[in-house]
This record gives sequence, C-alpha cells and structure tokens, in this order.
Amino acid sequence: MLLKELSQAFGPSGCEGEVREVLTQALGAAVGVWQKDALGNLIAVKESTRGPKVMLAAHMDECGLMVSSIDKSGLLRFRKVGGLDDRVLVSKHVVIGSKRVAGVIGAKAIHLQKPEERNQVITLSNLYIDIGAKSKEEAERLVKLGDYAVFATEFGYLSESVVKGKSFDDRAGCAVLAEVLREEYAFTLYGAFTVQEEIGLRGAGVAAYALEPDMAVVLEGTTCNDLPGSEEHGYCTSLGSGPAITIMDASVVCDKRMIGELERLAREHNIPMQYKRSITGGSDAGRINQTKSGVPVVVISVPCRYIHSPVSMLSLKDFEHTVKLVKLFLRSIEGGFVL
Amino acid sequence: MVEATGVSGFEDSVGHIIHQVFSTVADEVTRDTLGNVIALKRGEGQGRPTIMLAGHMDEIGLMITKIEEKGFLRFTSIGGVDQRTLVAQEVKVHGRRDLLGIIGMKPPHLLTPEEANVAIKMQDMVIDVGLTPEEVKAVVSVGDLATINRKFIPLAGDFAAAKAMDDRAAVAAMHQCLLELKGLRHTADLFAVATVQEEVGARGALVSSYHLKPDIGIAIDVCHGDMPGVPDQDTAPLGKGPNLALGGNIHPKVFEKLSELAKEHNIPFTIDPVPGPTGTDAWVMQITRAGIPTALISLPLRYMHTSVETLSLSDIKLAGRLLAYFVASVDREFVEALLCY
Repeated sequence: MLLKELSQAFGPSGCEGEVREVLTQALGAAVGVWQKDALGNLIAVKESTRGPKVMLAAHMDECGLMVSSIDKSGLLRFRKVGGLDDRVLVSKHVVIGSKRVAGVIGAKAIHLQKPEERNQVITLSNLYIDIGAKSKEEAERLVKLGDYAVFATEFGYLSESVVKGKSFDDRAGCAVLAEVLREEYAFTLYGAFTVQEEIGLRGAGVAAYALEPDMAVVLEGTTCNDLPGSEEHGYCTSLGSGPAITIMDASVVCDKRMIGELERLAREHNIPMQYKRSITGGSDAGRINQTKSGVPVVVISVPCRYIHSPVSMLSLKDFEHTVKLVKLFLRSIEGGFVL
Repeated sequence: MVEATGVSGFEDSVGHIIHQVFSTVADEVTRDTLGNVIALKRGEGQGRPTIMLAGHMDEIGLMITKIEEKGFLRFTSIGGVDQRTLVAQEVKVHGRRDLLGIIGMKPPHLLTPEEANVAIKMQDMVIDVGLTPEEVKAVVSVGDLATINRKFIPLAGDFAAAKAMDDRAAVAAMHQCLLELKGLRHTADLFAVATVQEEVGARGALVSSYHLKPDIGIAIDVCHGDMPGVPDQDTAPLGKGPNLALGGNIHPKVFEKLSELAKEHNIPFTIDPVPGPTGTDAWVMQITRAGIPTALISLPLRYMHTSVETLSLSDIKLAGRLLAYFVASVDREFVEALLCY
C-alpha cells in the first residue's frame, strides 16, 4: 500500500530524498515526465495542448529532529525540525540518518523526580537521544552533526478502515495526489510533491513560480481534534466525516468558486464532506496563492488525528472520498469548469 | 519477554513464556498460587542448602476506567507511571482481543501558549482505538489492561532499549545463571523465581520465599543508570558489570562472597550503598519467616519506568555468570556461618 510506504519513508524538511524515491518508483508507469528543481520539489508533468494549467500540490516533508551536538558521554543533543510539541518527544524510539541508527529519547525515572516535576514539561534542553554509544568517539562513528532523525513508527491497521502511522501530514496528501496521477486528463496537470512545508512553506512557492498554474489544489493531511475535552467548535475536523475543505487558514483565503464547485460535486455524488473549522496553521496554498500575480487555490484535506506527533490516525474512507472528490473536480475542469 | 504482556497481577502471558524457557534449563518448573514461576535446579549430594533467586516478571501498565460515549477510553496506572511519558504513545489494549490504540493529544496548531507549558494530566488523556463505540464495547470492558506498544530496540554495541526491561532483564539473568550452572558442579538446590506483583508491593517474593524457605535469598532488580541531570551517587554506569548493594537489607557475608567471586573471575561490578529500604524483592525476602540472609544484584538501567528502558546486555550476562559462581560456591558450612555475627 502506497500510503504505508510513504508513511514509513524518512523525510524531514530538507531531507525528502526517500519520499521522492518512493513516489517515482510507485508512479513510474503512470507519469511520463518528472521535473525536479533547485529545492528538490518533485513534479509530475502531464501536458496537454488544451485547457487550463492546473497544479496539485502535496508536501513530502515531515516534522523531525536534527542532531545539534554530541556529548562526551556519547549522548546526542538535538533540535526540532518543524512544529513539534516538546511534550511528544519523551519516551520515544527514533531513527537517525539514512542508515536509520536506532536511538531512544529517555526521561529521568519517576523515582528520582520531585512530585512537582511530574507536572512540568520536560523541555528540549533537557532531552537527548541515546543511541547506546559509550563515548563521543563511538557516537561519531554512527552519526554526525546535522543528521536528521524521525520517529520509528510502523504503519498499521486499527480496524479495516482506520490506520495509524507517522507523518500522515502530509503523506496522506502525497498518497491522494499519487492516486489522482494514475489517470489521464485533457488539460495540463502538474502534480507537485513539494519540500520544506513544515519549516515555512518553502517548496510550493518556487514550484508555482516555475509552473505558472491557472489554479491550484493543495492536498493535505490536516488537524482533526474531535476528542473528549474539546468543545465541538474546536474539533477543526472530524474523523470519518469526509474530506475537509479549507475556506481560510493563517496563510490563505481559498477561492470561493472552487469551494462552490467542490461542494456541488460532493452533494451530487453523495460524497461526505466537511469544512475545516479552524483558521490556525498555514499550508502550501498560502505561497501558491501569492505567487507572481496571484493563483486561485483551494485546500482539500484528509482529517488526521494527532498530526505533528510520533503517530497519527486517519480513516481510509475519508482518504478514498478525498481521492474521489479531487478526481471529480479535475473531470469538472475537463468538462469546462473555469474561473 | 519484553514484548510480552505482564502487568502486575496479570502476569499469565509472560509467565507462560518464562515457564517454557526455564523448562529448557531447569530440572522442574512450577507455578504457585499467586502465579510465581519457580524453576528448580537440584544440587548434588545430601543435606543440600537452598538458594532462591528472585527477579520480578511484572511490569507497570494502565487499566481502563471508563469507556466514553464516543468510544475513547479513560485509564489509570498500575505501578509508578510518569504521566509525561504517556503522551503521543502507542498502546495495546488487552480486551477480549488486543486492540492497537494511541494516547493522542491536541496538535500544536490548536494549542494556546498556556496549554503548551503544562504537563498533560493522566486524567485528561484518552486512548483512541479508532473504532465506533459499539465496536469498542464489544471488545473492551472497564478493568481491562493496556500496555505501551513497544518492540525490543537494539542500540549501538551491547545496549538495548524496551519496555519492561525492569525487571525481565533479571529473569534473563536468572536464565543465564541456570545455563552457566550446566557447566558447574553445585551442592545447593537453586530456585530461580520469576516473581509477580513487585511493582505493587513485592507480593510474589513474599509468598514464594515463605513457601521455599531458602537458606539464602538473592533479588535481582534494576538500579538507575548514569544519565545527565541525575547525580552520580544516585546511579551506576551501564556496561561496567552488575551492581552490588550494601546496607541493612544485605547480609554482609553474602555481599563479601559475591564481590570475592567477581574479582576471582574477572567480573567487573560496581557498589551501591543503600542505607534503608532497597524497594526490591530483597526487602520482603529478608524478613520472611525467621529471617533470610539476602543480597541484591542490580542491573544499571536508564529511564526506568518509561517505555525506552535502556541497559547493557552484557551486564545481564555478567550478572548471570556471577550468580552461577555464587551458587556453585555455597555449601552447608557457608550457610551455617551466615548465622555467626
């Protein structure tokens, strides 16, 4: 399953090579022309002489860690790549570098803590990765400064339709885009797998600059907080309620005509859909929207619980409905939908 | 063993594995009323002294306290669990069948700065098994257990990390001891006991030492390994051999014998002075019946009671070897001398 492979690929922002590899392997036959640019964006090009130029984008990168120093004792200090909450780091298994050196992020034993400590956040400055090296020299034989690390999370099924894995933000979007690219369309379609979204929406802007699309659809795995302890208006999205359409977020206001068309298609084809009900957080759409003289965009997301943590969860039904809705939208462009 | 389940009071599953493994190296393996797994390796001759080793097989864990309307599970802890180590953790819920679950949290995008600066309390966490409330209720009941879903992680050199290294590593050390004894002659009868319910009060060691009436009891447990932010005097280094405790809980002559044998056989070791309670099976064994001479051998372990407990595998082997030499050295005369203060 491609989502599994994508989820398990090693690809923190700035180090997306493995994800590129998985995608080009998986889509080999379906995509004739691949473009790569100076930042590492991977773009599937399906050209046509007719119709508008449409860009679909999903980011390949994930939040992770980077080795920032190696202690005399052989323990590794690290920094965060992207927006990770310090609180998710403790007591986790990570892998470092392309050789996937195993490490753990430990914590002081509860027996050695003062009671008040248990209510305090263990911050990054008090955390380190233990790879079992007994000295700096031994550690340096296995890792080096600047090596990236990601959580060692295996993809798995919680039920037939609910799966867990790391980095569904945005490997879910990448998997949706890959499914869409398996078909042919009667207009020019660019499938942009972008880099460095998590550290400031870096890749999408340069890709859009080069591609000059007439419109763009950003595919995301987005916040889903439909949990006890949250009020319903704070859910952002709900698991199992279908693809989530963004009206606006911190980076963009989406095109109302595109939103309207998606809504119409969902209604007509009986596809459940929901709106993203929070405006926090940005997306590649922001950069694409403000490229050159402006590009109309919309964001369609698969709701994912626990993003930006070692393990996220999504509904395969939501995933399939997202693929279906995106394909219908593209067919609608084929049928004459223009802005 | 570390990937098996055995929360305090519910050790059946791991106990079964240990029973099978011990059967390959012992003369006889039994389980007692509380579930302790007792392996016997007989010595040679008449009037044999008896030695009991105790390493606990139970682990800390979680217990389901409520099924929420939408199928999320509330839980509490069994044994000393740091709530901060539970966030964003994968778990297995041991219902009618095992379910995978996630202890999730709000993503950073939705957090207020105040929320991000406080540790999340266990009572505010839920386990998400991704099923509908009906599906959950068909499999899970209040009182079911959950454990962290963690595989054994080999690290550099001979280090490794896992959940429940505390104290399955001690069971591995006892296994090593039994293996080594195949090549040694010994007069003492050895009982290697994988004990239950240590994390909730050393209850398995209490009843098994009463039942077995050993002449000498040695507990094998873990001690805090060296790590930043903890004073050296509270820890022992990893990979420098087993750690021998000293203090009221330890019979001086048993300690002396252990350290002599270690030196004689080139087994490195460190010493941990413990003036009061050791918080181990040794603490209850010592005051069983009319009193039992006890000792404590510890395996240095980092990040105790997290799901990434880290230790040196060679420390386990060395501890097993030292125990075997000790068993081989004990005779009636040594046991009698333990009463001569």
